[in-house]
This record gives sequence, structure tokens and C-alpha cells, in this order.
Amino acid sequence: MITFMNNSDSEEEPCNERTSLMSAESPPVPSYQDGLQASEAGEAQAHRKRRAGSRGPNNIAGGEMSGSGVPVRESALENEEEELTLKYGAKHVIMLFVPVTLCMIVVVATIKSVRFYTEKNGQLIYTPFSEDTPSVGQRLLNSVLNTIIMISVIIVMTVFLVLLYKYRCYKFIHGWLILSSLMLLFLFTYIYLGEVLKTYNVAMDYPTLFIVIWNFGAVGMICIHWKGPLQLQQAYLIMISALMALVFIKYLPEWSAWVILGAISIYDLMAVLCPKGPLRMLVETAQERNEPIFPALIYSSAMMWTVGMAKPDTAARGPSQQRWDAAEDGREHLRSPSHAESQMSETRSPVPTRPVTSLEELEEEERGVKLGLGDFIFYSVLVGKAAATASGDWNTTLACFVAILIGLCLTLLLLAVFKKALPALPISITFGLIFYFSTDNLVRPFMDTLASHQLYI
Amino acid sequence: MGAAVCFGCAAIAFGPAAALVLLTVAAEPLLVIVLVAGAFFWLLSLLAASLLWFVSVRLSGREDAAPLLLGAAAAVLLQEVCRFACFKLLKKADEGLATLSEDGRSPISLRQMAYVSGLSFGIISGVFSIVNILADSAGPGTVGIHGDSPYYFITSAFLTMAVVLLHTFWGVIFFDACERRRAGGLGLVVGGHLLASGLTFLNPRYEASLGPIFILTLATGLWAFGTAGGSFRNVLKCLSCKQEPEGRAMLYSALQVPPEE
Repeated sequence: MITFMNNSDSEEEPCNERTSLMSAESPPVPSYQDGLQASEAGEAQAHRKRRAGSRGPNNIAGGEMSGSGVPVRESALENEEEELTLKYGAKHVIMLFVPVTLCMIVVVATIKSVRFYTEKNGQLIYTPFSEDTPSVGQRLLNSVLNTIIMISVIIVMTVFLVLLYKYRCYKFIHGWLILSSLMLLFLFTYIYLGEVLKTYNVAMDYPTLFIVIWNFGAVGMICIHWKGPLQLQQAYLIMISALMALVFIKYLPEWSAWVILGAISIYDLMAVLCPKGPLRMLVETAQERNEPIFPALIYSSAMMWTVGMAKPDTAARGPSQQRWDAAEDGREHLRSPSHAESQMSETRSPVPTRPVTSLEELEEEERGVKLGLGDFIFYSVLVGKAAATASGDWNTTLACFVAILIGLCLTLLLLAVFKKALPALPISITFGLIFYFSTDNLVRPFMDTLASHQLYI
Repeated sequence: MGAAVCFGCAAIAFGPAAALVLLTVAAEPLLVIVLVAGAFFWLLSLLAASLLWFVSVRLSGREDAAPLLLGAAAAVLLQEVCRFACFKLLKKADEGLATLSEDGRSPISLRQMAYVSGLSFGIISGVFSIVNILADSAGPGTVGIHGDSPYYFITSAFLTMAVVLLHTFWGVIFFDACERRRAGGLGLVVGGHLLASGLTFLNPRYEASLGPIFILTLATGLWAFGTAGGSFRNVLKCLSCKQEPEGRAMLYSALQVPPEE
């Protein structure tokens, strides 16, 4: 098992795009029927832009747009904007709860039923130090060293990716991504299917297996890298995240896994928020170039009609709005980096007979939030490890699950407040780790003692 | 034992809760968030109570019933404290939602949030009480082989169902009492919780524990129903399916199908 890990890039690869929890929210587009309404909404957008930047000269901005009734209009627009944020805020949270929950359910169900993923069968080459030492101090030291190596590998890979992106080596990046999704969709699926069949003692002949794996993999490649129904693409992304998480759960030694989870949250925080962080530079470069980032590394919860969107409208808007729209379009492109999505929107733009209003209405409704696949993977690693190692206890797994969901909820709340790319790992993983250790060591004995006397609290 | 017992007990324990969630909570995203938040608060209270129990066991050095009694009582009180914290948070959220919305009213009322938070406390409390038991019941074994009661699984399932419903009712009553600043309601909720938990100490004498707990559940349910604004008249009106004339004029179309010629 160690040999193929040598030349696979798939371990780090999802780790690079860990942090992009970005809101795909775009401003309410003015309906084109009314020029007056267009200018009102334009003011709304202008206000929002300045709001996002600084809370300063709103009145002045309003004064530039139109002379009359600015304060009243401003508060009304503020309310409208906040209500829109709120209205879609709760929906976005649920749109992310569902896939995260599904991924965790797949991982926990596999861990609890298939013995293979809880058996120790060697370690990854990135965690070379073994944890089989008798003394606690040595074990701790080994796990910290393993973590340092793993995080360094991730940093190197991320910086490499950012450099490739900066110097426009797109073909290399695409090739890398295709290679890793090929490996996930074919090899890891084959192993997974083999283990599941072994667990349930189901016989399957090789021709059937070949047909099943071929179809699964081929459709997956098409859905993820090209075009496909949104829900099928989402399902495939969830499945590959689950497969990756299972690989981590199997091959990371116990203490190293927990230290790595903690270290990765800290790295995530720094990589996304620090000005020179690689992921932030990636996001900003993509923004400057008005390009989507990478296909197949972001889970998106809704369609974004980006490409065909703004063009019919730019003529109708004023010059300052246009400037802002270009920047916003850049961010919108950023927010819909999934290749399949941009392809989908490209397929829709050659339908010019569709009236602009319906596109705008659809755009208003079909907003979504995007979460990096690395976040899915590490959430599932945490919950899966809790399921695997918490001495058969379901309470720990459930406590970690609730903790991660609450962390995600808080992160989305912060996203609604700050409106820029945020790391999705720190809060959830912190809560998850706290709940794991406290539930495993404190709550479990308490609940077990209560249950043995059939006491309820 | 086996899958039948496991699924049957799970259905008994969580049937009402699942129905309530599917029918009332699942459609509204804000309520789902309230559900998860309530579960989080309950987990915090459990954490604190477990810490207390752990410390008391270590300090007293004995593993018998006394630390357990203390732990259980602390758990009940801490749960109510966390319910109060949940109330504070939801009240603030309600005010925030009201100010942000267009017509000055929040999309979900505090009563709905009270019900959902009570339900969430109930679900997570029930889940933590029974999920390990359910997992064990799916496997091989003989219940009560050491002389304990052979009805362990089914009574646990019924107790869990009662606990889920009780928490839901307590949530409604508690939030209403906090809203109207009535200490009596608060005291009765805390007292009821302590009573319910104390009755489980009478297990395995199930006639002494199950029966009174279900009577308590029924009584609390009726009280919560009254608190939420229900009354006998409402129930009759609902059951008779009578539609009140709404005071709007109803227009009948004057068009008629042309007669056959």
C-alpha cells in the first residue's frame, strides 16, 4: 500500500484548496424594466460595495447617485440587503449541512461496518515515524514530527500550486487534477468496493466489477471536470471526499491524526487570512484575472449564472456601477470556480432568446455557498476517527458531529458578516477536538454508568 | 435481540420526535439551525455535569451510588441552566431577526423557537441515552442474564420517548415562564425534571417508574398545550373541521356551461 502512495499527488491535492468557504452571493441585479428601479438598485449595489469596504461615506455615495431622498432610501436599502442576506443565510447553512452530513454518514457507516479501514496496515510515507513506542513522551514526539512533515508537504504543495497558477501553467494543473481524480474515482473506488463486498461476503465477477467501476469512474470524471447535472456532481464530490477521508483514517496513526487536525486548522487560518498566505494569494490572483480557480476542488451548493449574466446589463448601468460590476464579476467567477459550473453557464449563454429578467430572477434565487473539498475531508476525518477509536461509543461520534455543524454554522455567520473568503476548518475542528476528548474521557464513563443502572438525566 | 429489536426500539424511542421534526422543523432552515444549536447547548451541559461527576468520583474515591446521585442532580440543574442560556440566545436572535426583517416581525416566533429548542434538547438527550443500547441490541446476547430485567430494551425505549416529549414540553413552558418572568413556571419545570430523573432511579421496578413518568409526561403536555395558547375549545374546533366564515365576500362565477343543443 505504501508504494502507490509514493507517486500519488492525491493526498495533498485536496488539501490545497481547503479553505475556500466563499459566499457566492451576488448583488441583487436590477430588473431591466424600469430605469428608475435600475438606478435604485444601482444605489443599493453602490452602497453595498462601500459597505463591504468601509462604513464611511454612505451618504456621499448616495448623493452621487441621486439627489433626492437619500437617507430614507438608504435605510430601506440597508434593510432590504440585510434581509436578503438573512433570507439566504439560513438556506445556505442548510445547503451546506446536508452534504457535510451525508459525507460524514458515509464515512461513519463505512468505518463501523468495514473492518479494513480500522485495521493498521502501514503508514503513509508522509508520516514516517511510528507510534508503536512504549513511552508516552516518545509517542508524542513522533506524532509531532509526523505532523511537521505532513504540514510541510502540504505547504510545499500549496506554494507549488500557487506558483504554477501565477505563471499560468494551466495545462500542468489540469493534468495534475485529472490524474488525482482518476486515481480517486477508479483505484480507491475499486479498493472500497472490494472491501465492502468482502465484508458482506458478496461475490462479484470481474466483468461486472469492470463495468461497474468503469461506469462510475467515467461518469464521475465527466461530471466533475466537464458538464453534468448539479446533483450528480455534488454526489460525486461527496463520494470522493469520503474516499479520501477513509484513506486518511486508515493510514494516519492515532495521535498523529489528532495533532495533524489541529495543525491543519491553524495552517488554514493563516493561509487564508494572512496577506502573504498562499491560499489568499491564489484567491487574489484569480480575482485579478477574472478567472475561476480550479475545477473539481470546490463543492458548490447551487448554480451560478455568471458568464451570461452581467453582459446584457452593463450597457444599462452607469459607469461607476460598471466598474464595481466588473470587480464583482471577478469575484463571482472566483466564487464559481468549478469547471463544470462555468461550462454549464457557458452552455446557457448561447440561449439568447431567453429574456434577461428571467436570468436575473434565476440569479437572484440560485445563489449558493461554496466549500472546499478539503474541508469536507477533514470534517469527515475527525468524525470518522471518533467513530473508529472511541471504544465503540456512538456518543462521541454524535458529539463531534454536532460540534462540527455548529462550527460550520458560526463560520457561515462570519461569512455573512465579512463577505470574503474565510477558512472553514478552524472553528469546526476546534469544537470537534474539544468535544471528542471531553466526551471520550468524561461523558462516556458517566453515560455508561447511568445506562448500566437505567438512569435518565 | 437482533435487527428487529434494534429497529423496533429505535422507532419507539424516536418515532414521535422524527415525526415532529419532519413535519414541523425540516421545512424551515432557521428552525433546523435552532435544532442544532439546542443540541449544542445540551451537550455543553452534559460536559459540565460529567466533569463534576468525574471530579467527585476521583475525590471521594468511590464508585457507588452517591457520586452518581450527585452527578445526575447536577446534570438536571445544568441542563436547565443551559436551557436558560439557550433562551437568552434565542431571544436575542429573535430581536435581531425582527429588526432585520421588512415588516418588523421575525420570520419565526419565539414560541416556535421554544418548541424547537425543547425538541432538540429532547432528541439529543434521548439519543445520548439510548444509542449505545441500540447498537448493542443489534448484536447477539441475552438480556438480563445476570438477573437483571429482561425488558431492558423496551423499557429504555419507552423511557426515551417519554424523555423526548418531556423536554419538548418543558422547553415551551420554560421559555414562556422566562418571557413572562414567572418563577413558578421555572420552578415547576426544574422540579418536574428532577422528579422524572429521580423516578428513573426506581428502575427496574418499572411499575413505579414508567407509569408515573408517563403520567408526568401527559400532565406536562397538557400544561404546555395550555401555555402555548391551546384550549379545549381549540381542539374541538380543529377536530370538527368547521371552517369559520371569514367575512369575505365570495364571488360565484356567473358563467354556465352552454346547454346541449
